[in-house]
Amino acid sequence: MGRFIARRLLQGLVLLILVATVVFFLGRLTGNPVDLMVPEDATAEDRARLIEALGLDGSLFKQYVAFIGSALQGDLGTSLRMRQPAVEVFFSRLPNTLAIIPWALLLAMLVGIPLGVVAALNRGRFLDRAAGTIAVLGIATPSFWLGIVLIFFFSVTLGLLPSGRMGGPEHYVLPAITLGAFLTAGFMRLTRSSMLEVLESEYVKLARIKGLSESAVIWKHCLRNALIPVLTLWGVFVGNLITGAIVTETVFAWPGVGRLTYEAVIYRDFPLLQAVIILKAILILSINLVVDILYAYVDPRIRFS
Amino acid sequence: MSVIVIATMLCMAIFAPLLAPYSPIDQTLRDKLLPPFWLEGGSTKYILGTDAFGRDILSRLIFGARVSLIVAALALTAGGGVGLVIGIVAGYTGGIVETILMRLVDAAFTFPAILFALLLAVTMGQGLGTLVIAISLLLWASFARIIRGEVLALKQRDFIALAKVRGCSELRIMLTHILPNVLSTFMVLVTLNIGVVIIAEAALSFLGAGIPPPTPTWGLMISEGRGRIAEAWWVSLIPGLAITALVLSVNLFGDWLRDRLDPRLRQL
Repeated sequence: MGRFIARRLLQGLVLLILVATVVFFLGRLTGNPVDLMVPEDATAEDRARLIEALGLDGSLFKQYVAFIGSALQGDLGTSLRMRQPAVEVFFSRLPNTLAIIPWALLLAMLVGIPLGVVAALNRGRFLDRAAGTIAVLGIATPSFWLGIVLIFFFSVTLGLLPSGRMGGPEHYVLPAITLGAFLTAGFMRLTRSSMLEVLESEYVKLARIKGLSESAVIWKHCLRNALIPVLTLWGVFVGNLITGAIVTETVFAWPGVGRLTYEAVIYRDFPLLQAVIILKAILILSINLVVDILYAYVDPRIRFS
Repeated sequence: MSVIVIATMLCMAIFAPLLAPYSPIDQTLRDKLLPPFWLEGGSTKYILGTDAFGRDILSRLIFGARVSLIVAALALTAGGGVGLVIGIVAGYTGGIVETILMRLVDAAFTFPAILFALLLAVTMGQGLGTLVIAISLLLWASFARIIRGEVLALKQRDFIALAKVRGCSELRIMLTHILPNVLSTFMVLVTLNIGVVIIAEAALSFLGAGIPPPTPTWGLMISEGRGRIAEAWWVSLIPGLAITALVLSVNLFGDWLRDRLDPRLRQL
């Protein structure tokens, strides 16, 4: 187990360095990053002073080493617009995103998994096709547009729910639905195919021969085993959620890291965007690592393969 | 049904200047925020209404189809092509080359490409080229992974062994024996990913990282109408319907094509 964790940690670290390197060189690709930082009416003198202050007068390699060096010390530059360290800005917004993600995930699982089970049990029949149609629609609908449609119906027309910003529980409903919607289809499809596989297996036949009730067979024997492959994809889902949060938080004016990413893009706040990407990479990699470790703990076959 | 939607959108894209009743860019401020013809205050002059600058929604929709499909064609050629080459090389050569390439693919799967796409838009500036590169980043890894799987199976077949015995070079085997045999899988992947590209393009435009205004794109139209949803819902909702209809249609068509050409890809 120790070796497994060590190997995964190392892989994560390599990937992180890769991300930081790509981010660094992309920033330098189009000339001096100072051009992205100074306002258009800045004098040549201001520009030169900033270049010196940021250490951008050295060779590219020297700059790269300095960049990685300060990144390791937790310094990822200063946001141009907010005049605050980018890392601080990110962490002040992160709790708001983490507040919405579990609800979206829960919603996707509560809807997607039962739908998948029902579809598998009715394979090829009406209910299967109906669930399939919902899944296909869920994939075809852009989530930012879904958010706007929800606002139009529930906030503007019916006046039932707030259209944005953080607040009481009612503020969570529409963003959670928007963010959870496209995951629901994923959960449903995976549960369906995994259930179909399990339903054919020997131990399910045995359970039936033993005379267990059909509901015990399905919910205890089948679903528990069918969920293992579904849960391994949590890592992928987390990546999806973090990118999905960009558009969802933008639509609902939700002050999380997704909205922060959008602000960094529209205000061309390059240092902030660079920091956000690296920190999100760390976040995604850590969550993946935890999921992998938990999974290896539950299923010994993973540890030794 | 889905074929009809796809054909309509293709016609809209190809014959945009002939079909659009108005210019998609010219502003007629006098006619701003007019509703579609079936609502009160709407007229058949602007069938789908106008936006905040008095531009005809229908005309912008028609020209928007053109942008979506051009981006889809270019990104699928670039991203899919790179994935195809990497998949074939990794699968056929094996060894260290395969290990490195497949690790890169794994990395691309863990890390959301959309973030790099946003970074590209900021560093390189918005435009068609940036957008195509950005969306290609989103595609290549899944192509590479599936094509490699196909190649691994093909490698075991007798005709490849025969080609080796006859002294064909590695490059020749890859080009004349492997490539033609993975093309049907490639075509299925391309079809199944058209929807992914269209949604990605719309999302990037929506986030201000797509093709810059005033060029009409569906994502931008949704974004522009967002602030006026209470007074003029049609500005945002109509282009979204177009996206959903098109993506739904190409996905259904892709499923059908997959079942016809390559039923083994069923699990995808």
